[in-house]
Amino acid sequence: MIYFGNVSKYYPDGTKALDGVTLSISDGEFVSIVGHSGAGKTTLVKLLLGEDHPTEGSVSFDSVNLAKIKAKDIPSHRRRIGVIFQDFRLLPNKTAYENVAFAMEVAGKSDEEISSDVPHVLELVGLTKKIWNFPRQLSGGELQRVAIARAIVNHPALIIADEPTGNLDPINTYEIVQILKKINDMGTTVVLTTHNKGVVEALGKRVITMDHGRVTRDDSTGKYAL
Amino acid sequence: MTLGLSTFRLNFMFWTALKRIIKAGFISFWRNGSVSLSAVFVMIVALFMIASTLLITAFLGIALKDLQDKIDINIYVDTKATEIEILGLKEQIETLPEVKNVTYISREDALVAFHTRHENDHRIIQALDEIGDNPLPAALTVKASTPSQYQGIANFLSNKSELSADSNLSIVSKVNYNDNKVAIERLSRIITGVKKLGSIITIVMIAISILITFNTIRLAIFIARDEIGVMRLVGGSNEYVRGPFVVEGILYGLVAAFLTLILFYPVTYWLKSTTQVFYGGVDLLHYFVTNFVQIFLIIIFSGIVLGAVSSYLAVRKYLR
Repeated sequence: MIYFGNVSKYYPDGTKALDGVTLSISDGEFVSIVGHSGAGKTTLVKLLLGEDHPTEGSVSFDSVNLAKIKAKDIPSHRRRIGVIFQDFRLLPNKTAYENVAFAMEVAGKSDEEISSDVPHVLELVGLTKKIWNFPRQLSGGELQRVAIARAIVNHPALIIADEPTGNLDPINTYEIVQILKKINDMGTTVVLTTHNKGVVEALGKRVITMDHGRVTRDDSTGKYAL
Repeated sequence: MTLGLSTFRLNFMFWTALKRIIKAGFISFWRNGSVSLSAVFVMIVALFMIASTLLITAFLGIALKDLQDKIDINIYVDTKATEIEILGLKEQIETLPEVKNVTYISREDALVAFHTRHENDHRIIQALDEIGDNPLPAALTVKASTPSQYQGIANFLSNKSELSADSNLSIVSKVNYNDNKVAIERLSRIITGVKKLGSIITIVMIAISILITFNTIRLAIFIARDEIGVMRLVGGSNEYVRGPFVVEGILYGLVAAFLTLILFYPVTYWLKSTTQVFYGGVDLLHYFVTNFVQIFLIIIFSGIVLGAVSSYLAVRKYLR
């Protein structure tokens, strides 16, 4: 599904963010990418989203070559991926419901689909009471649930979670990881980047360890070796 | 069949997207109340400048036209001349192509006008009564089509000696053009100067108002730059992300235009009383009311275009 072929990324200031990374992720996998800050995890995510292009090598997602994707094809590419961030990135002037509905609107879903799917998805992530609240009225855990609901509402083939538990307390961290696991159990590929040792070991799934832009370990069952 | 279905789907999507964009623009305008309010205030200033320039140009135009109407040449006729001779002379002057019209003021009319003009000055009236006879000459007032043509008309009138003896010009006793000459020439220069200056001021004012509107909207969208990033991450196309901001810009313009027009009524009302002290001929309030539809359309149109174009350009920066 995802293939990085000898990918390097240099920034204009000379920083080497990725250095000859080769890895593949198959359909339905749950992959954790661990590493210190600056190891290249976020750069991997950016390349997958088409936010940035590799300096060398190829990045492909299904049949799409992300190294050569055109600007006008990026929106439709992103609709096939659900993204979750550490800082939630919700629209501050839209309610929880509207934030999730927005992802469906840009995908061109009908009003009927939106009004039936959005409450359902919010219920799935455990947010039933505060769906008409604005982000500023929600706690960190609730915000991340809204973000997850938004990421999964269009049934994407891939979920990318970039440090989703970085701003959360242990209980919320545990619950968010459980939700991600549930999503993966339903067949969606999940790529999770994290610092959290507990999360990785509790998952017991494939772990890719990165350091200074290189893949240093690739274990099929969860070990956090840093 | 499939083609029909897919065009139906495209059509449906277009209208749905349009509906959603407009709705999102309205909601955002309402929820970002303080930002909207400041943008609207700045646009009121901008539109007010445009509307004032329009009104000032109109004011100058009317004032200058009134002044131009006050320029004339008075031909005083010999007191012995008969009315038939004077009317003959009038007809003769009217044949000149530069002349717009000629008014005949008889000796009796002149006396009545003199009385009204000096009705508060008893000594002059008394002196006039002591003379007993009407000392005032009959006169012809000549108006030219444009101020620059008075010189030609005056030349024609002063060349009476070269004309044949039976010409009616022999009854002319005095032409007052030379007395007015300096004033008339200066006025002609002022009129052309003011017209030129007026168009420069209009251009400068419009440029300033475009700049301040653009900068304000750019700031409003700078505040929302993170939102633009999020919308794009979720997969919003450029048009879909930009649309609500353009709708919001149009709303700023519309609201500002209506408030400007409402504000203009008391302002012109106030100016009416003030300007009439200086200059009786121009009534800005009357001008504003009679040309309301035109002013309304210009202000609304300027507001919509200013808002929409500024938003479009300001968002473009974050869509690259």
